[in-house]
Amino acid sequence: MKTKRKDIYFDCAATTPLDGDILQKMMPYLKDKYGNASSLHKFGREASEAIDIARQKLAIFLGCNETEIVFTGSASESDNLAIRGLIKSLRRAKRAGEKIHVITSQIEHKAVFETCKDLVKEGVKVTFLPVGFDGIVHVDDLSAEITPETDLVSIMYANNETGAIQPIKQIAKLIAGLNKNKDHKIYFHTDAVQAANWLDLNVDELRADLLTLSGHKIYGPKGVGALYIREGTPILPLTTGGDQEWKLRAGTENVAAIVGFGEAVVKIKSQKPKIKIIENLKDKLIADVLIKIEGSKLNCPQNSKNRLPNIANFSFRGVEGEALVLALDQEGIAVSTGSACTSLALVPSHVLVAMGLSDTEAHSSLRVSLGRYTTVQEVNYFLKVLPKVVERLRKISGR
Amino acid sequence: MYNKKVIEHFTKPKFFGKIENPDVIGKAGNPRCGDLLTLYLKIDKKTNKIKDIRFETLGCAAAIAASDMVCQLAIGKTLKQAEKITFLNVSDELGVLPPLKIHCAQLVTEALRDAINKYSPEEGR
Repeated sequence: MKTKRKDIYFDCAATTPLDGDILQKMMPYLKDKYGNASSLHKFGREASEAIDIARQKLAIFLGCNETEIVFTGSASESDNLAIRGLIKSLRRAKRAGEKIHVITSQIEHKAVFETCKDLVKEGVKVTFLPVGFDGIVHVDDLSAEITPETDLVSIMYANNETGAIQPIKQIAKLIAGLNKNKDHKIYFHTDAVQAANWLDLNVDELRADLLTLSGHKIYGPKGVGALYIREGTPILPLTTGGDQEWKLRAGTENVAAIVGFGEAVVKIKSQKPKIKIIENLKDKLIADVLIKIEGSKLNCPQNSKNRLPNIANFSFRGVEGEALVLALDQEGIAVSTGSACTSLALVPSHVLVAMGLSDTEAHSSLRVSLGRYTTVQEVNYFLKVLPKVVERLRKISGR
Repeated sequence: MYNKKVIEHFTKPKFFGKIENPDVIGKAGNPRCGDLLTLYLKIDKKTNKIKDIRFETLGCAAAIAASDMVCQLAIGKTLKQAEKITFLNVSDELGVLPPLKIHCAQLVTEALRDAINKYSPEEGR
């Protein structure tokens, strides 16, 4: 009898499994401690105290004050609050005819990318910086685009499709230099969702004014995000109607999810020694795929230092990404693709296209994202199965 | 997203491959949307029936399944009959494709029509 194979989850950039210990810490708030954190009684106090503790944990993680953290419903919401909330506030302060100028990149997560595109329709001037073939923004390009009117720069810390780490420290340094002795300040936002497991996120070292985090990419629950807002950064709420979260995000708090989020950021620290192991697994995976499969190409920075320890992105000649994902799924391997076939627009990943990939290459892309629980056996199984699946699909495509 | 039948035709397509010296080739697709397909046909000159048909498809699971299905529907038919195969026939036979994937069924019938239009037997039809 065939023994049942365990499914392999190599899609940790999409979401991570919920850590069992974290779930345990959340459980009381899904059961007996169901109070509304705004209530005065014991139930309410239990809930608000739990949120306070989680907020402290995030504050320690980011090296900031508790008052600088706003819990939201997702990282996408945090990105929206950061960008739209700042612009809303700046607009009210501007004189008639003064334009808002935002600089972002062509490889942002859609929560930033589409939000900025939407703002263009509202009359905001947005500059989308290009990237090199390695998927990295050039600080010189940013420098050239900054004008005396520039209000906000939003560049992600690490890209979700390629794992390319962006030079945000240099970017922040450039901005800090320009802000010196100036009345008109340029604010700096970074979406650090993918970076959180791997890179240090001390907001003073990063010199970020706004920073986005997500719960479910760090082994915490879905349905919770956070936005760090440096004291003095003018943000107005997008959701009104309650005093929660320093009046910046109305709505009864998702207490259990916030508790889980707090536990998740604490656990990141204890997992740091594992980073090297995961990075080695990923580097082995990359090296073996490129050797074993002719006509394969890496869509990540060549230098290991410039990419996250867990993400690898490939293109395979003669194979379409969605077909590849489904064929691997049938073999018990969960991965993802930048192919258009999963999107309504039928256009391939804007990130891969911005890196200079042809449409065909972008359609044939495969993202493999490892995680905390990845084993060498899983990587070996993947390396055994992938060449066969690619070969089978190439027979069908005749390419 | 896909039903069992689509997955079956994607996983185990019966008609994929090339025909050496085909009587006609039909093509459809564009790189922007990611699907490119080629149909190879062998045609009985006397009866005008499709004797053999094969496909090569670079595309998603739906495109591969639809390619296999259009071959299954076309084989054994005369060119006149085959010309009447519509994307709805392909989609229905697959037990309905997701709305996003209907264009895959359109693409395979386009390739079939392309082949039929191009076909000109030496001795006339």
